Amino acid sequence: MQSTMTDMETSAAKPLTQILEQIAEHKGCGTSSEGGKASCGSSDGPADMAPEVWEKVKNHPCYSEEAHHHYARMHVAVAPACNIQCNYCNRKYDCANESRPGVVSEKLTPEQASKKVLAVASAIPQMTVLGIAGPGDPLANPAKTFKTFELIAKTAPDIKLCLSTNGLALPDHVDTIKAFNVDHVTITINMVDPEIGQHIYPWIYYKNKRYTGIEAARILTERQMLGLEMLTAAGVLAKINSVMIPGINDKHLVEVNKAVKSRGAFLHNIMPLISAPEHGTVFGLNGQRGPSAQELKALQDACEGDMNMMRHCRQCRADAVGLLGEDRSAEFTTEKIDEMSEVVYDAESRRNYQALVEAERMEKVAAKEAAMANLDTTDIKLMIAVATKGQGRVNEHFGHATEFQIYEVGSAGSKFVGHRRVDLYCQGGFGEEETLPSVVRAINDCHAVFVAKIGGCPRDELKAAGIDPVDRFAHEFIEESAITYFREYCAKVSTGEIEHQARGDADIRQGAYIAAA
Amino acid sequence: MAYKIVASQCTGCSACEPECPNVAIREKNGVFIIDPKKCTECIGHFDEAQCVAVCPVDLTCVIDNAYPRYQA
Repeated sequence: MQSTMTDMETSAAKPLTQILEQIAEHKGCGTSSEGGKASCGSSDGPADMAPEVWEKVKNHPCYSEEAHHHYARMHVAVAPACNIQCNYCNRKYDCANESRPGVVSEKLTPEQASKKVLAVASAIPQMTVLGIAGPGDPLANPAKTFKTFELIAKTAPDIKLCLSTNGLALPDHVDTIKAFNVDHVTITINMVDPEIGQHIYPWIYYKNKRYTGIEAARILTERQMLGLEMLTAAGVLAKINSVMIPGINDKHLVEVNKAVKSRGAFLHNIMPLISAPEHGTVFGLNGQRGPSAQELKALQDACEGDMNMMRHCRQCRADAVGLLGEDRSAEFTTEKIDEMSEVVYDAESRRNYQALVEAERMEKVAAKEAAMANLDTTDIKLMIAVATKGQGRVNEHFGHATEFQIYEVGSAGSKFVGHRRVDLYCQGGFGEEETLPSVVRAINDCHAVFVAKIGGCPRDELKAAGIDPVDRFAHEFIEESAITYFREYCAKVSTGEIEHQARGDADIRQGAYIAAA
Repeated sequence: MAYKIVASQCTGCSACEPECPNVAIREKNGVFIIDPKKCTECIGHFDEAQCVAVCPVDLTCVIDNAYPRYQA
């Protein structure tokens, strides 16, 4: 036991430096890899993506970083059963990576789910995606999952269907997935080596038998790889989710990234482990820690040269509703849906609304490109935290922000690199002193924070912590503003007015995203 | 001659229901129950009780000592 711990600690200490070395070889945004793919994550449009892929993902908030500012998704919890056990999940309290502990998702029948989708789509015209993500595994509940898709395809054909799975049952269902026109599937792949897998998966249930240990992990990885290959052959877009578990699979995820890329996955989402002890998961109880913000970013950057990386995942609940980072599920409980009489599906107003959104997106891209003009070449890179309500604008007050979006900006341009949850600093118009240090810890790796408005007290304290509070870009586009700020910053550095310094690490807050209601 | 599901442990996830070769499992008040008259402990069907093998919570599907063990 003692030696195992020591091994884990040593291996946990290594990866960051190794990963950082790998990054040094990869210069980040704007460079092309051998594959000819630009590496600006999934945030850009057609420039770094095949047109047919862009067509499929452009209004999918979980597949396109840029789209998530504008389009909403919803999950329906029709799939409670699961066929594997993961050490980061405790089904007694629902899945820790999908739901707040102690709050069990409301299970829905396919009929209830279908009615809920129509009600939400009518109330939120930017809702374009319906996903089935559990709370178990959708493909361990094939009858319920596919019945739901069938009902929705009939009544709301413009809504994109997607599902996420652990992959164990995937090879059995690829034909059905294709037949239902599901063109987005997410597979959670945490390893491609059973030696590592045995520390993540205590057991799987496969062909009427419970397998444990290395055999379980071997079967799981074989099925995942086969399923991914079959999806690619069938022309279904596959995104890979991986949970970064320091000391167990952090270094290995670079191998996972290569394995999934070579099998045709088009987007890789590496998420931090959520492991609070109160969740009651194996990892939570044995003290397995999650990664820091810098460790997570380093790993994402290391993988980015090979593949589009997703960094905007909110690890949301299996019954989330709304834009990523907000949750409107409380407005659409089964009780409220049942009370609604026949819901009329208004496809026309949805189309009109979405046309407006597209126009604004074009404006945003044009503004970013204009700001990029004549940018000097420099090695300086800034990290900027942004308080936003969406639409890609700086439009949230510092004290009202429950999360900050993090952008990295350099002479190659700006890119979204992550988000940080924080406790609400301000409630009812006055700031609460206690929460400010936790906000500072969450964005401690940033040089500046862009806000629509900020009070005097937090402004001074942020400055004391070395973070520049900036409110002059209120309601402007985020990326255009970030590039403008960067240009001014570089000018000040060259005149000697300020000295550029790299910032420290930051905390990733534990717990899946739920809106602070 | 039967398994039972400890109601306080059951998450209501439904994983066991379709796996039962005897169709002995159904939902009642948000959790699942086994009909002891139908349960054969999977003897004659599988090497291990399917409800036990698939259940995500340990010690939830257990032998019900109120019944004698099943004889094939």
